[in-house]
Amino acid sequence: MTTPDAGGPSGLEPHVTLQAVTRTFAGQQSTPAVHALGPVDLTLRKGEFFAVVGPSGCGKSTLLEVLAGISQPTSGQVIFEGQPVKGRVPEGVGVVFQEDACFPWLNVTDNIALGLQALPLSETERRQRVEDALALTGLKAFAQAFPAQLSGGMRQRVCIARTLIMRPRLILLDEPFGALDQQTRLLMGEEVLRLWRQSGATIFLITHALDEAAMLADRIGVMSARPGRLIDLVETGWPRERDSRVVELPQFGQLTARLWRSLRGESLKSLDSSQATQ
Amino acid sequence: MSRLSRYRLLAIIVAVAIVEAMCRIGWIDRFTMQPPLQIAIDLWKLLVSGKHLDAIGKTMGNAAIGFVLAVSAGVVVAVAVHRRRLLRETLEPLFATYYAIPVLAFYPLLIILFGVGDAPKITIAFMLGVIAVIVNLLNGLDRVPPVLIKTARVVGMGPTQIVWRVTLPFSAPYLLTGVKFALAYSLIGIIGSEFIMSTDGMGFEISFAYNNFDNATMYPLIVLILLISISLNFALGTIEKQILQRRGLR
Amino acid sequence: MRRIDAGPWQAWRGPIILIVSVFVVWQGLYLLAGEMAMRSPMQTFSYLGKLLAGDRIWPHIHETAKASALAVVFSVVLGLAIGLALGFRKLAGEVFEPMLVAAYSIPKLTLYPILLLSFGLGMSAKVAFGALHGIIPIALFTINAVRNIRPILIKTGRVLGYSPWEMGWRILIPAALPEIFTGIRIGFSLTLIGTLLGEMFASQRGLGNQLMKAIGLHDVDLIVAIAFLLTSVAALGSGILLAIDRRFQTRMQTQPGHSPNSF
Repeated sequence: MTTPDAGGPSGLEPHVTLQAVTRTFAGQQSTPAVHALGPVDLTLRKGEFFAVVGPSGCGKSTLLEVLAGISQPTSGQVIFEGQPVKGRVPEGVGVVFQEDACFPWLNVTDNIALGLQALPLSETERRQRVEDALALTGLKAFAQAFPAQLSGGMRQRVCIARTLIMRPRLILLDEPFGALDQQTRLLMGEEVLRLWRQSGATIFLITHALDEAAMLADRIGVMSARPGRLIDLVETGWPRERDSRVVELPQFGQLTARLWRSLRGESLKSLDSSQATQ
Repeated sequence: MSRLSRYRLLAIIVAVAIVEAMCRIGWIDRFTMQPPLQIAIDLWKLLVSGKHLDAIGKTMGNAAIGFVLAVSAGVVVAVAVHRRRLLRETLEPLFATYYAIPVLAFYPLLIILFGVGDAPKITIAFMLGVIAVIVNLLNGLDRVPPVLIKTARVVGMGPTQIVWRVTLPFSAPYLLTGVKFALAYSLIGIIGSEFIMSTDGMGFEISFAYNNFDNATMYPLIVLILLISISLNFALGTIEKQILQRRGLR
Repeated sequence: MRRIDAGPWQAWRGPIILIVSVFVVWQGLYLLAGEMAMRSPMQTFSYLGKLLAGDRIWPHIHETAKASALAVVFSVVLGLAIGLALGFRKLAGEVFEPMLVAAYSIPKLTLYPILLLSFGLGMSAKVAFGALHGIIPIALFTINAVRNIRPILIKTGRVLGYSPWEMGWRILIPAALPEIFTGIRIGFSLTLIGTLLGEMFASQRGLGNQLMKAIGLHDVDLIVAIAFLLTSVAALGSGILLAIDRRFQTRMQTQPGHSPNSF
């Protein structure tokens, strides 16, 4: 449908750009250096929902961490809202990680409030925002509970609430529903769509589930096996007001088929290479 | 009381009863040991008379000092060494083999250096306890999930904040384990030193009583140390349980 | 891609620097404390050399070695027995394990007079005292090792139709062994120290006894020499066991689980 290029749907301004980004992990002692990512050129448009799919080990998480400012690219740069990203996570960027990021010694309310920690807000504003976040993610009843008492899905909701409370303009999600079962994933996907529409943020989602990407995103980037590069860019063309029922539409099947066609060869490569290291 | 606690209490009562019986029958003679009931009575008399309170205070005081020093230094060293690979690699074999070293064998050297007083004993207590704190805290620091540190950076915490608000709170249970050991080792260090060479303290009193065949003093003092040690350990254990339960780890 | 060759230097780097530092600190202490309190490494080596060449010290070395060996055997056998019993019998384990943990924290030195009165002065008291130090950690580690055997391994054994003997030999022992060995390693060190302590307080022979004599006579040469000898032997033994322990860990890639920490 589209050639892999940095542009996107017209009418939307660029929000964050990756320019010729690569990431190489230096070798230690007896392990060789690993060229994990890139070069990658990509521009995300303001307010769009962008998903990335790719075989395991292709560098998706590395890409996300470079985007967020958590890691530094070995070459190239990341520009967020016109400013280069250097060394720290820029204000206005939120991240939901794959692993459980709840602080086990804090209850739900305190975990969520962590998101406000760097923001200069008054006490009343803080409390209000926490209330709102609890209501938004349906966690009001568990405000005093500790993460150990919650299910995996609820703990991820806490992490999402913690991210949303920062009112980020760019939200990065690294396989946030990886540990959940399929049905919960689909419902959580609808949640994310709802929150996306409400917040108006730009969303960057990494997932290994093709149906999830096809259902949620405006645009999907397909990554190659390591070192990860973008080998395909697909427009979904969904309307903004969508939910999981898009799976009923014929385009959905075509989309996932297209994704798998691009992805299958790369996945085999990645499988072979991971077996080779055994 | 939970079912398990009831069983434990029962086990203790049965064990004590058996020993009491063996003493009364004569299978254990008076020279070796008194009947438990007698020991309890002697202990009561001892505490009431206040005869050895000085010694008890001395030992506990020194142990407390050694303990506080061991924990403070241990935390500082662990945090400092945690990220420095070469330093850690150098210290790792020391940590692993440290408790094989008869630290008490250095007590005489310390006496020569510092004179017979509290300093050598406290040094021994410190030397025994500090490594336990370091090793256990390092273990905890190693296990901080990277995702928590990444989250901290996303919400804008600086390096010092990360140590205080993420790394140390996460490691608290591991630190607590080290603290429990430091507590036990401080007591052992002080009392052991007092056994070897001292002019005061509970270890000295016990040693003195032993040499004078004074079972009526010796056994109650021993039991007293056991009780103190077990109570302190139990108290720390309760705190530990609370922390772990909140995190769903037990 | 550049391959960095590891080489033996990387593996030995830490211990070598450590040993060198120890000697540097030792020499420094000597310069600080002087002849009244210390001997330098060189002086200690030469004195120790003369001692070992002569006859005086060897009966004591034998005594200590014999007592330690016996104590280790007792602590391992009894510790394993208790640990296996409590590990496999769920209720007994739940009841008694916390009591073992509490007993572990007791200053065992305070129990020594009781042992002396029970066993009399001599070898038995020392051996009992030494064994007492090692039994509890070995038992505790063994209990945990048994508890941590992953149920999936046992299920696999059942599916494969293993007899109880095969279960024990092919699954239970290999699965539990690394952690049990860690317990034995720690128990070993503690037993050695316990035996030595026993010798220091109420024995007519042995290195511990000689150390106490040296203290009484203010024989600094002997004090430092014996302290050094004991420390080196203990560190060496512990180091060897540690290396074997590490082999177990890497081979089995045991997950750091809820096992007790290194002590």
